[in-house]
Amino acid sequence: MPAIELTDVHKRYYRSHALRGVNLSVDRGKIVGLLGPNGSGKSTLLRICAGLASPTSGKVQVHGQDISIATKAITAYIPDIDSFYSWMTVRQAIAFESSMFDDFVLADAMDLVRELKLDPDNKISSLSKGQRGRLKLVLAMSRRAELVLMDEPLSGIDPPSRTAILETIADRYRAGEQTIIISTHEVLESEKLFEDVIFLSEGRIVLTGEADQLRAERGKSLNEIFAEVC
Amino acid sequence: MGISFDESVPIYTQIMKSVLWDVATGALLPGDKLLSVRDFAKQAKTNPNTVQRAYAELERMGVVETQRGQGTFVSASPEIAREVRSEMTTAAVESFVEEMRRLRYSDSDIISLVSQQLAKTGTNSSNGAAQNGPSTTNDHDGGVQ
Repeated sequence: MPAIELTDVHKRYYRSHALRGVNLSVDRGKIVGLLGPNGSGKSTLLRICAGLASPTSGKVQVHGQDISIATKAITAYIPDIDSFYSWMTVRQAIAFESSMFDDFVLADAMDLVRELKLDPDNKISSLSKGQRGRLKLVLAMSRRAELVLMDEPLSGIDPPSRTAILETIADRYRAGEQTIIISTHEVLESEKLFEDVIFLSEGRIVLTGEADQLRAERGKSLNEIFAEVC
Repeated sequence: MGISFDESVPIYTQIMKSVLWDVATGALLPGDKLLSVRDFAKQAKTNPNTVQRAYAELERMGVVETQRGQGTFVSASPEIAREVRSEMTTAAVESFVEEMRRLRYSDSDIISLVSQQLAKTGTNSSNGAAQNGPSTTNDHDGGVQ
């Protein structure tokens, strides 16, 4: 049973047509790159899988079930925007998240805070964009979620924080059990992390495949393939 | 390990090659432990499944052995290093000769060009292994030949 299955999914917002008939099956237990330029529909696709938006038409299933409270319980979603309460400290934000999700492991969160060099007593409002990006990752990777959806986790973030984020994903990813889908338009830095990739352009899937197989077939990096197909 | 990848080539074959180099040059000796899949993935910021695939492929080739719960080790058989090195040598020589012939050099020209180049780059006095590999930090050449 695939982690995610989409059948002829459309999403319209008033005049715009964000997804134009997406058919997709994502294997379980992999780190998958969802690659496309800004406005290609990546965020919409992830929000639909997280149950935060519903498709205008078409069918969406997570672990063989329609989107429901049950599928949301096994899904961790990191939005590209900040959804923190700025008056909270890092510690309070973690406690808050922990109270929201049964599968949150507090000890993991405190380990990650230390690894990612965040000060638990700092106010969210005083954090840089890179620090906020690292905190979002702490919250997502501290859950025992079977499906993790990350929307542009590297976007607008300083290079050391990007490195720390990529390292943490490689280290903390529970190989085999967990499916992680990462959307990005910055393919260069992240491409080594992906086992499978999905290229999205103007609301349509233009290419999918196994990363190493695409490299072998085309003699090109994912970043170069991205420039060609998107 | 400062492994750097060429992203236009499959990552798992590059992981395999880096281990094969280390075995061929003696940087990794029979029985030595490889980095764990997770540590390798973290250091190279790559996918643990990709590292696992490379290790599995090396195991199929007989270059490494996995011991349950303990990790992955270079095969204890002393012939392995010699075999790996000789295969890599053959491949390197074949591709060099093929390219030179495509450039329409005669055999004697090829030999004299090689001699000239060797003279230009100084004498390489080694008659064993552990030379010119990518990881030249340590200098043990004992177990290889």
